[in-house]
Amino acid sequence: MAAPHLLVHDHKDNVGVVVVEDLAPGTDMLAVITEDNSDFRITAKQATPIGHKIALKDLAVGDTVIKYGEDIGKVVAPIAKGEHVHTHNLKTKRW
Amino acid sequence: MNLADRKIWGYRRENGRVGVRNYVAILPLDDISNAACEAVAAHIQGTIALPHAYGRLQFGEDLDLHFRTMIGTGANPNVAACIVIGIEGGWTEKVVAGIAKTGKSVAGFSIEGNGDIATVAAASRKAKEFVHWASEKTRELCPLTDVWVAAKCGESDTTTGLASCPTVGNMYDKLVPLGLYGCFGETSELTGAEHLAAARAVSPEIKEKFLKTWQAYQNDVIEAHKTSDLSDSQPTKGNIAGGLTTIEEKALGNLEKIGKKIKYIDVLEPAEAPARGNGLYFMDTSSAAAECCTLQAAAGYVVHIFPTGQGNVIGNPIMPVVKVTGNPRTVRLMSEHIDVDVSGIVRREMTIDQAGDVLITMIEKTANGRLTAAEALGHREFVMTKLYRSA
Repeated sequence: MAAPHLLVHDHKDNVGVVVVEDLAPGTDMLAVITEDNSDFRITAKQATPIGHKIALKDLAVGDTVIKYGEDIGKVVAPIAKGEHVHTHNLKTKRW
Repeated sequence: MNLADRKIWGYRRENGRVGVRNYVAILPLDDISNAACEAVAAHIQGTIALPHAYGRLQFGEDLDLHFRTMIGTGANPNVAACIVIGIEGGWTEKVVAGIAKTGKSVAGFSIEGNGDIATVAAASRKAKEFVHWASEKTRELCPLTDVWVAAKCGESDTTTGLASCPTVGNMYDKLVPLGLYGCFGETSELTGAEHLAAARAVSPEIKEKFLKTWQAYQNDVIEAHKTSDLSDSQPTKGNIAGGLTTIEEKALGNLEKIGKKIKYIDVLEPAEAPARGNGLYFMDTSSAAAECCTLQAAAGYVVHIFPTGQGNVIGNPIMPVVKVTGNPRTVRLMSEHIDVDVSGIVRREMTIDQAGDVLITMIEKTANGRLTAAEALGHREFVMTKLYRSA
């Protein structure tokens, strides 16, 4: 199997993790869902560092971000599919 | 070889426990005895001083934890023999008596009325005796599962949850059913995954104990003292640089360390030794690496597995800390700190199952005497957990 650009834990997830360095905007990424090794392709909209998340679909303010099939927080700024998801648009629901 | 039949070369101690290092520890009861302990360790080769910051005017539960950590550290099977030095004899003897219950050689010295120089002279003479005695000990074949293995992750990032933590989980899934003692902690860092952690308790009673412990941390530590949403410290700046955004996301990755199948059989107080037989234990600890490792060593764990994403450099003076990373960038930039490279997982060149096997082999090598990266680099972080201000 070719080395993926993006790994997704679970089919329910709406974000994936960049696992290559120097990901350029416009990259046609190979994404693998680790749960069952299935794959799909998605285009990176922005340069996103290794380890950082990319949205798998458009997300609106108030939506819940799902990773590991679980709730990891709420969207606080609109996110388009393929965009970087981090502290500027995702916040904890705790504390 | 069948996993159940795998053996390592360890030191069988007087109480039957297996150690993988053979230290003569020079343990200060309190902060003001550090200088004497360090003088003994500088004088007598083959000894190690364990300086720390506390031990005066503590009281209540905080003092209990101090004694438990001191006694547990001296009692750890990686310590062949121990010298305790304190400012006065009362508390010093309490620690000596606690360590002596293991049957190992231990002696206490107090400074008041003697001064540092006479104390160091007397303690050095005894330490030299202990060094000769300890260095005559030979390793013997012991079952791999007699090696108590703790885990805690640090400078985590998203690769921790994808690769290095599941590697640890796979190791526990394989070895705990064969008789291993395991341990995970980091109470605050299970926030967001506490429902999943609770579901891994062996019984409703232990589940209740876990949830009570977790809730107490939320109420007594976080809610009582927070000045913000903790987003400046949980996740840490390093976590955020590595792509982790929220505590929930960090916790879900953290919990991958306990694998998919096994259950934890008890909830331990900080530095409390497991008492329900072999199995996985949860310990109520801070998520700060050095504090957590120090507590786990004091509970009797002799090897530590430390998954890291961005590259934590932590070590412990008496317990080898094995670093595991799945982040290819960290492997490239910080290779001197990494014992087990599982970055093949994120490239899909290596399965979690294969990575677990590689880790088990590294546990064997470490138990047999291979120095970890942290040991070779001189990392000896020994940090006491303090519950509140001293009197």
